[in-house]
Amino acid sequence: MGTTLSEKVWERHVVRRAPGEPDLLYVDLHLVHEVTSPQAFEGLRLAKRRVRRPELTLATMDHNVPTNDEPAEEISARQIEAMARNAREFGIRCYPTGDPRQGIVHVISPQLGLTQPGMTIVCGDSHTSTHGALGALAWGIGTSEIEHVLATQTIALTKPGTMAVIVEGVLPMDCAAKDVILGIIARIGTAGGTGKVIEYRGAAIRALSMEGRLTICNMSIEAGARAGMVAPDEVTFAWLEGRPFAPKGVQWQQALDDWRALATDADARFDSEVAIDASALRPYVTWGTNPAQSVTIDGDVPDPDALPAATRESARRALRYQDLTPGTPMREISVDAVFIGSCSNARLEDLRSAAEVVRGRHVRSGIRGLVVPGSMGVKADAEREGLDRIFTDAGFEWRDAGCSMCLGMNPDILRPGERCASTSNRNFEGRQGPGGRTHLVSPAVAAATAIAGHFALPSDLR
Amino acid sequence: MEPVRRIVGRALPLARADVDTDQIIPSQWLKRLERTGYGPGLFEAWRKDPAFVLNDPRYDGAVVLLAGANFGSGSSREHAVWALLDAGFRAVVAPRLADIFRNNALRNGLVPVETDADTVAKLVDTVRRDPTTSIAIDVERSTVEAPGLRATFVLDEFSRTRLLEGLDDIAVTLRHERDIGAFEAKRPEWLPRVR
Ligand code: SF4
Repeated sequence: MGTTLSEKVWERHVVRRAPGEPDLLYVDLHLVHEVTSPQAFEGLRLAKRRVRRPELTLATMDHNVPTNDEPAEEISARQIEAMARNAREFGIRCYPTGDPRQGIVHVISPQLGLTQPGMTIVCGDSHTSTHGALGALAWGIGTSEIEHVLATQTIALTKPGTMAVIVEGVLPMDCAAKDVILGIIARIGTAGGTGKVIEYRGAAIRALSMEGRLTICNMSIEAGARAGMVAPDEVTFAWLEGRPFAPKGVQWQQALDDWRALATDADARFDSEVAIDASALRPYVTWGTNPAQSVTIDGDVPDPDALPAATRESARRALRYQDLTPGTPMREISVDAVFIGSCSNARLEDLRSAAEVVRGRHVRSGIRGLVVPGSMGVKADAEREGLDRIFTDAGFEWRDAGCSMCLGMNPDILRPGERCASTSNRNFEGRQGPGGRTHLVSPAVAAATAIAGHFALPSDLR
Repeated sequence: MEPVRRIVGRALPLARADVDTDQIIPSQWLKRLERTGYGPGLFEAWRKDPAFVLNDPRYDGAVVLLAGANFGSGSSREHAVWALLDAGFRAVVAPRLADIFRNNALRNGLVPVETDADTVAKLVDTVRRDPTTSIAIDVERSTVEAPGLRATFVLDEFSRTRLLEGLDDIAVTLRHERDIGAFEAKRPEWLPRVR
């Protein structure tokens, strides 16, 4: 019997296998950021250990950094300084704030061509699953594991299961990659992928740009999966060719041959399979406090009593937190803020799709609109196209790169009770600031919502 | 890591499903540079509600957290485990724990006890009826016991040994440095290096 993409990548990286023990896997790339790494470096220091392969490690600053001209407050500044110091001390390359390559770790690595098919990639951040869009096996780890990878360039893990999510058909006009993944999570739930690597397959996935695939793999963790992957194809190769860290010349040809052999064999079997009809999808809006609690924009806030018994209690609590009444049409819910950013949706294509909606229009008065490019590279590209002007003319703030209002560690937070349409990936209670209320949407819906003042599609705007 | 063999003590019946790491420890607490001092941030937002179970003095001194399905979902922050340890918890019992949270727990000696939903519900009932109930978790035998109740939980051999012996994972892996070196010698040339 054949093997799947994730199994192939796994097998290629087994350094050591022994009965009754997890496999010891080699890590091709370790991405590091300022928030989850200080304790790991401190551990190395205490044990007098070094970083085994500094050249397979890249650090940046993203979670904590200011995205405007204000200096970081004292405690954040301490963490940012610690990152710079640790990188210097252990010989790791770091793209700090102010560097043109700085940005959200999951945005910069694919952009620089560091993320490549068949690689194993880890990072102390759950959205490391993003990198699977290029056919890498990539997953988030905790701080103790970061220390382990720094010291050994390996990680000990039990082999995950396999799951196929097959999306066939053609996506309707106003649906984006974000709607595909929100639709998948609505279907399989927040634990639907637990213990497994999801491979996204089917014509609708193939038809997506690399940016769209990154959005989908990004939210694999929101379905509880260990990782998400898309088999490398011509879209992948075209994305990579010519990027700074992509192979060149003869090596490019060697790499291509290798990458083409990664795809799941025709006779391989997955532990489970889910089929989704892309043509039946609609733009989604979350109403609750986990990413599975969503309806399509044409829908209403659900009545918990009408939901499956197991989800009723958490739906009730979510509606109380979100201050929503069952039966309210989603289009009638107005917002206080719109956030276009995060590793889910802050790449060039995302900004283009939002800009197209807001061009020549204006953000509804009273609404705070924030556009935070995923990296300084994305920011520069967008400015070359004049997207910054479109956003600022429409009344949005145009910021520097960082996580910003995705998790509210820097001053970009919601005030208690404020409601936000956000292109990020998590709508947990207080995620964007204590008491804040988050609704996850695509960039185009976020943009239309900023103009209309309530949840809206671009086609709803006059 | 300190060896963990047996945990005996009171339990806190949290009993909510889908508790994410943003609830366990909010992001504002992630700015610290240490592994300690997170206890006061544990469930910070929910704690503002006087009726929240963690504020109930009858459960003071609990060492076992009785959680719901999918506990620890969301971010990879190990701070969630550090906060639970800092607040005195030594084990989390739930029908299912999120993957990364479970890994992080194991690396810090917080015992992840995944057992069937029925057992968890019974434990919650027992503890709610009598908060002084003592629960015993035995790592070696993978059992969780309360008066009139005994259940097993899933713990692979490797993780069990690691908990029982309090192993330093890095030292264990570095015993295989030759294997790592041999693997490195065969990696394809085109793979990226950050210079
Ligand atoms: S943008 Fe949000 S989800 Fe992505 S890495 Fe930053 S905080 Fe995490």
